[in-house]
Amino acid sequence: MKGWARGLFDNVPNALVSLALLWLLAHVGIGLWDWAITRGNFDAPNAEACARTGGACWAFLGDRWRLILFGPYPYAQQWRPATALILFVALIAATATPATWRARARIRTLIAAWVIGVPLMAVLMWGGIAGLSFVPARLWGGLPLTVMLATVGVGLAFMLAVLLALGRVSEMPVIRALCTLYIEFFRGVPLIALLFLVAVLFPYLVPPGWTMDTLLRAGVAFALFFAAYMAEAIRGGLQAVPRGQYLAADSLGMGYWQARTRIILPQALRTVIPSLVNIFIAAFKDTSLVVVISMLDLLGAANASTAEARWWGLYIEPYLFIAAIYLAFCAAMSAYSRGLERRLGVGVR
Amino acid sequence: MTSLHLAWKRPVVRAVVWQTLALTLVAALAVWFYLNITGNLARRNLDVNFGFLAGRASFEFGENLVGYRPGDSFLTAFKAGFANTVLVAATAIPITTIVGVFLALMRLSPNRLARGIAFGWIEAVRNTPLLLQLLFWHQLTIRALPGPRGAWELLPDVFLSNRGLYFPAALAQPAFGHAALALLAGAVLALILRARLGRLAWLVLLAPPLLVLAFTLQPVEVTRPALRGFNFSGGVSLSPEFVALVVALVVYQAGFMAETIRSGILGVAKGQTEAAASLGLRRAHTLRFVVFPQALRIVIPPVTSQYLSLTKNSSLAVVIGYPDLVRVSQVTISETGRAVECITILLAVYLSLSLFTALLMNLYNRHVMTRGGAR
Amino acid sequence: MTPILTMRNVRKSFGPLTVLPDLSLTVARGERVVICGPSGSGKSTAIACVNGLVPHDSGRITVDGIELDHRSGTAPDVRRMVGMVFQSFNLFPHLTALENCTVGPVTVQKRPRREAEAEAMALLERVRIPEQAHKYPAQLSGGQQQRVAIARALAMRPRLLLFDEPTSALDPEMVKEVLDAMIALADTGLTMIVVTHEMGFAREVAHRVLFMDRGEVLQDSPPAEFFAAPAGPRVRDFLTHLRRPNLHHA
Repeated sequence: MKGWARGLFDNVPNALVSLALLWLLAHVGIGLWDWAITRGNFDAPNAEACARTGGACWAFLGDRWRLILFGPYPYAQQWRPATALILFVALIAATATPATWRARARIRTLIAAWVIGVPLMAVLMWGGIAGLSFVPARLWGGLPLTVMLATVGVGLAFMLAVLLALGRVSEMPVIRALCTLYIEFFRGVPLIALLFLVAVLFPYLVPPGWTMDTLLRAGVAFALFFAAYMAEAIRGGLQAVPRGQYLAADSLGMGYWQARTRIILPQALRTVIPSLVNIFIAAFKDTSLVVVISMLDLLGAANASTAEARWWGLYIEPYLFIAAIYLAFCAAMSAYSRGLERRLGVGVR
Repeated sequence: MTSLHLAWKRPVVRAVVWQTLALTLVAALAVWFYLNITGNLARRNLDVNFGFLAGRASFEFGENLVGYRPGDSFLTAFKAGFANTVLVAATAIPITTIVGVFLALMRLSPNRLARGIAFGWIEAVRNTPLLLQLLFWHQLTIRALPGPRGAWELLPDVFLSNRGLYFPAALAQPAFGHAALALLAGAVLALILRARLGRLAWLVLLAPPLLVLAFTLQPVEVTRPALRGFNFSGGVSLSPEFVALVVALVVYQAGFMAETIRSGILGVAKGQTEAAASLGLRRAHTLRFVVFPQALRIVIPPVTSQYLSLTKNSSLAVVIGYPDLVRVSQVTISETGRAVECITILLAVYLSLSLFTALLMNLYNRHVMTRGGAR
Repeated sequence: MTPILTMRNVRKSFGPLTVLPDLSLTVARGERVVICGPSGSGKSTAIACVNGLVPHDSGRITVDGIELDHRSGTAPDVRRMVGMVFQSFNLFPHLTALENCTVGPVTVQKRPRREAEAEAMALLERVRIPEQAHKYPAQLSGGQQQRVAIARALAMRPRLLLFDEPTSALDPEMVKEVLDAMIALADTGLTMIVVTHEMGFAREVAHRVLFMDRGEVLQDSPPAEFFAAPAGPRVRDFLTHLRRPNLHHA
């Protein structure tokens, strides 16, 4: 059986199934091609004009792609969120390279990069100094908002999660109970409910006069929520570290924190990195929920982009556009996670 | 060495200090929040009072199982919202399971096209946000489906249009709901007492629902949906929001479930498949009698957490206006201003669901462990 | 000269099972003691009690003047003076051989990194694997790993070194290299307590051989006497089993 035919036509039932599926795919494929290319409008002035051919309205994307990508951020200043986005992605990529975890010096450089980088990006986005005009957080949107919210939320969540995981397995009953309560609470409620909580209840929870940007409130909600999930993943990693490691660390006279930070956690975290990346992917997608608290992330901006009379009624084109973006980011992260899993499985260090 | 240093070396001292510190911190935080809440409420001449639940709600509900009408109490509204959440979950979960199993089998199929299509589906739903998918299905339902005049007749007297899904009223009786509950109770009982009951387990499973139906099923005049004017009347309808929500949840969660089931099947030691093959079992029989029972045991915990995720994900209904529990909370808050109480109710309900599921899972795990479960 | 280790009436139970009913043992400075006996005899528990990895229920354990009192938290103090080599090596997989040997001195004893590294290299040379210094445990053979483990324990400059069946998890061809490393230590005057079945080692360097069975010390004598005149039927049976070549490992 020739290479390409194996798995498709090697026996009669298989061949029948293949033929049926091929017919289905062809049908769908031709319909899609017809809609997208043959009848697609690449330079129509408005949605009505597109409706005349009944095909895809790509002209809409040509006109509105910046609004979708950057949200309501002032048009002329959009280089700032674009730069911040590139910086963020670069930092994340650097953090994700296994080569950086090896040397303590490199880890310190990485932490320094984040400590300098995040305020720098905040300055870029907010402005108000160094000649940059001030742009309030409620005008931030689109892809930079999605990436920043996910990254900062998960970053904070991670630090909290390590403490929670250690507390969850602690021998001290009070600590263990408190951490368990936290984890079970935040895993038991939907993220939307938490976003409502921070949006609606915030004025009641703090003394009068305290304010916090909706964006920061969302970030806090994200951090608190995902910390619970990451804590459970890290706990799994802690339990996978062989007991002999604890014995060896103890026999050298190491104290609790010395043993945890130098011996136990490096091993535990290494094994659960794929799970943590999956949680980050989930957080990245869940940023779309901020639409319920009136923030225009990538999805929100896509929705808003058809809100004017000119392009009213379109939904497939903007959704396809952002679906492609989400797919690109998430698939890349998934592939990374799978690659890591393979690497960590082979030649365990 | 100072006496303080000596004291700190004692494990008991450290334990007491850390735990007291933790408790104090948490208590301080709780007190601070409490004071803030009461202070802010007092400033606005409000208080924390669940009495508003008896007040009259004026908002409209698309559909509900509880018979709520505008003017009923807020408590009834909440019950209706909760019932809708349960309805969505109860509808989506069985369909998701079936589709998920089907997808998993496609993913494991010897046919490359089938594998590829399943892979495409799974990757598409896993790499895009659920909310995006929900909005897409919603738009599709209200824009791309035909109007009532051109509605699709899926089954005799079951119509799908952009105004919703209509089906004969005989199917929407409380009797069916009660029977479903009886089935669930029977299933749990049968599962637990499986060893002792043997063949009788089937009786325990099927008798209660059948009995319930026999005694409570009413010969209702079957009202069929019929096109009258611009829309159907008669029969029972499910809004396009409901249809979109269920479709989105099923398509999304089935992808995840397929992966869970697939890893469960693959997780059954390869040696089992080889042993079965060496005994001469054909592939289909191997799957059914050797792999599936063991895979079932492995996947039940993660699949249950998928069910729970699905239920929590249904909270996205608020974005398309479907009147589930979250939406009722939202509208109640805007009508009464009782934010603290409503959000408390919301969180309490979801927490109870989660904890209840966790409890069932614990019981199941213990059951499996004592019967020599591999994990 | 105070003995380096004194155990008096030490008792340890795990639930209903009493592993050590009443153990008393004294080890002088510079002594090399081998403890042998059938599996389950409590030998591993006994030495795990010495550095506090297993907390004893009652009785007194004193190591070089420091009483091991878990309630007062003196276990870390004892562990800084006592080194341990485990049956399953327990090397830290994310650190190189050299880093395994320096992490203890640097973080626990607060010694400067450069000094610790120099000393660690010297120790790795002593156990004959200086070229493996920058390799990770997964890249080393069992015998090499155990030798790194010995170097790691020595890097802490212990006054007493405990070995818990150091060669039991090794393939036969690697047992010799580890035993050789241990024999080489004997010349340094280090106090060693070794739980092992390797009687050749006992014969060559041990000052005393102890036989334990069911938590009791049934014989405690110099090797020559031990092998010539076993005290009692259980000791005799054990030695006979050992002499049969195939029944060596559990």
